Amino acid sequence: MLGLEMKDFRLLLIVIGLTMLAPFILNPFPEGSEMAQFNAGYPDLMQRFVIFGIFAIGFNILFGLTGYLSFGHAAFLGAGSYGAVWMFKLLSMNVLPAIAISVIIAGLFSLLIGFISLRRSGIYFSILTLAFAQMSFALAYSVLTPITGGETGLQLALDDPRIFGASQTATGNIPVPSLFGLEMRSSYELEMGSWLFTFNVGYYLAALFMIIAFYMSIRIFRSPFGMMLRAIKSNQTRMSYTGLNARPYTLAAFVISGMYAGLAGGLMASMDPLAGAERMQWTASGEVVLMTILGGAGTLIGPVLGAGMIKYFENIFSKINETILHGWFAFLPDGLENLVVAMVYPFIGKGWHLTLGIVFMLVVIFLPGGLVQGGQKIAGLFRRKKAEDAKPNATEPAE
Amino acid sequence: MDQFILQILNGLDKGSAYALIALGLTLIFGTLGVVNFAHGALFMLGAFVAVTVSNVLTLSHKVVDETRTDFLGNPLQVDVPYIYDLFGQSAGDTIIDWAVPISIIIAIPIMVGIGFAMERGLIKYFYKRPHADQILVTFGLAIVIQEIVKYFYGANPIPTPAPEAFVGSFDFGVILGFDPNAIIYPYWRLVYFFFSVVIIGAVFAFLQFTTFGMVVRAGMADRETVGLLGIDIDKRFTIMFGIAAAVAGLAGVMYAPINSPNYHMGMDFLVLSFVVVVVGGMGSLPGAVAAGFLLGILESFASMSAVIDILPGINQIIIYLVAIIILLTRPRGLMGRKGVMEE
Repeated sequence: MLGLEMKDFRLLLIVIGLTMLAPFILNPFPEGSEMAQFNAGYPDLMQRFVIFGIFAIGFNILFGLTGYLSFGHAAFLGAGSYGAVWMFKLLSMNVLPAIAISVIIAGLFSLLIGFISLRRSGIYFSILTLAFAQMSFALAYSVLTPITGGETGLQLALDDPRIFGASQTATGNIPVPSLFGLEMRSSYELEMGSWLFTFNVGYYLAALFMIIAFYMSIRIFRSPFGMMLRAIKSNQTRMSYTGLNARPYTLAAFVISGMYAGLAGGLMASMDPLAGAERMQWTASGEVVLMTILGGAGTLIGPVLGAGMIKYFENIFSKINETILHGWFAFLPDGLENLVVAMVYPFIGKGWHLTLGIVFMLVVIFLPGGLVQGGQKIAGLFRRKKAEDAKPNATEPAE
Repeated sequence: MDQFILQILNGLDKGSAYALIALGLTLIFGTLGVVNFAHGALFMLGAFVAVTVSNVLTLSHKVVDETRTDFLGNPLQVDVPYIYDLFGQSAGDTIIDWAVPISIIIAIPIMVGIGFAMERGLIKYFYKRPHADQILVTFGLAIVIQEIVKYFYGANPIPTPAPEAFVGSFDFGVILGFDPNAIIYPYWRLVYFFFSVVIIGAVFAFLQFTTFGMVVRAGMADRETVGLLGIDIDKRFTIMFGIAAAVAGLAGVMYAPINSPNYHMGMDFLVLSFVVVVVGGMGSLPGAVAAGFLLGILESFASMSAVIDILPGINQIIIYLVAIIILLTRPRGLMGRKGVMEE
């Protein structure tokens, strides 16, 4: 189907199903209930899930396949955001040209940086990309203020030209990003009993892009080109002995992943039309590294899972405060309750970064294949148990 | 001319910090072959040792002062540091005032211990893994250390003053025969510079003139052969890791009065220190020190207004720019050994 093997096609269908039904899946708890704070089905967070999913899928094409660890990918995301906001300022509030330009700008930018950085490999490549990203951040923050808005970031204004659209709406406001009149922020709310589900236009647009991005990444993974990239990871020297020049392949992978980052940046600007230099900072690049490794570098679905998990923790887990914790452990005797809360509190709420760091370290140490590998191991355990009961069967673990 | 000297002086203190951190980084890389992204966190921990020491010294209990009253007419309660009870008021004040230099003595065993724990507990298992894994796991460790510090000390910078004797500035111009006030330089930064020179000199002397150092240098050149001679080189490398951690920690302790410590100061310095190591040459100790001072001075020259007028924004990017040019034209760095991590 669609040029995919059955196994991959099934995975694609699962991803499509999950993203399309996300407003239901992420809102399992009824409105107003104790557990409602764990609902992640609100538009802003769902958009972030899929946008960072795209970013991580792109990063995985570079790191997962070629093993080149870039610490500067946020620069492309930032460049894409700036490009998109400029389209909103100059052209119109339609998101399609904005997203197109963000992909193109990020592609050109990554071509330039990749051309230089890929002359080295290993740790030097990491440092070079880091240096370029920090340079872009510093420039965007200071000298390039006319283009980037400097400290305040690039924002829309009432007197922007917008030659194919209106500078301002009839009521004198700045128009909002839309897709041929369909506003990104508009949503349809469905009430079912005590449950409330929100279907947001912006989310579905971003989800559509993520599905396309995911499909393309499957195709790249299974293509001869993807095989070449894996060859670079496993033994670049041997590859060059067979007469193949690795540079064009790595550069292509770098530019593709840069374009993915640009797409994510463009979508981010489409959901909320502003762009700031902090999106380019190296900590932002570090975040996508965390997402990809956590989920599982080199696997198809891993980066999406990692992105979803980190964003979920960042937005939901971090809101748990001491009062809520006391509520949870209220069944314990008083002294014990305080003790448990005091022990748990540093790891959640505002301290969620600590949990993230620990989990990340554990994953790097014990599960180089990330959560996906962990899942496979657990599945393997169950399968072995079943196999002991019945006859042994040799199914390959699903990707 | 006076501007010129002033910029060199300004570059020296930042350059000293870069040089100290880069020295530790390259020491770890040269001995253990590990790329340590948590080194900035060690620098930050050192600064927080200074914070902790000054907190401990000012621990106090309430005493009712009968001679004074508060606005309600009740006897006033004053905080009296425990240190007064031990040494009396004037000596106690002096000790509190000298908290940062005192922290140096306390920081050395603490940082060496942390270094040992890190190497034995974590880094040991990563010698055979790819460099990307080493970067990732130490990056994770850096996040964990940062967050622990943030949990205990909060997110705001904590001012940690230098001793009274070193507060203020020093008119350097008068000595050199310029007009007064032409070259003004804070005392503490001068202290920092001399301190870093002493530390760097001590590390080099240790490696150059002791038997232990000789074995370590031999191990850096050829680990396997040294092992075959029946020397437990791993143990010595672990000790070197502890020393590298102590160097980073001391750099942090002394930096606390220059820049109030906050939990992410390590990361800010780490990125630049890596650039310094790469410019100096991976695994080259003199290279790391030279590049540290060089880049520090270059940065301060680039922030002169005359330069910024010609090339706006150059002060922000000069270090990265130099690193990119060096990496592309001379990948082994200024003083890197041939064949060490060139590709």
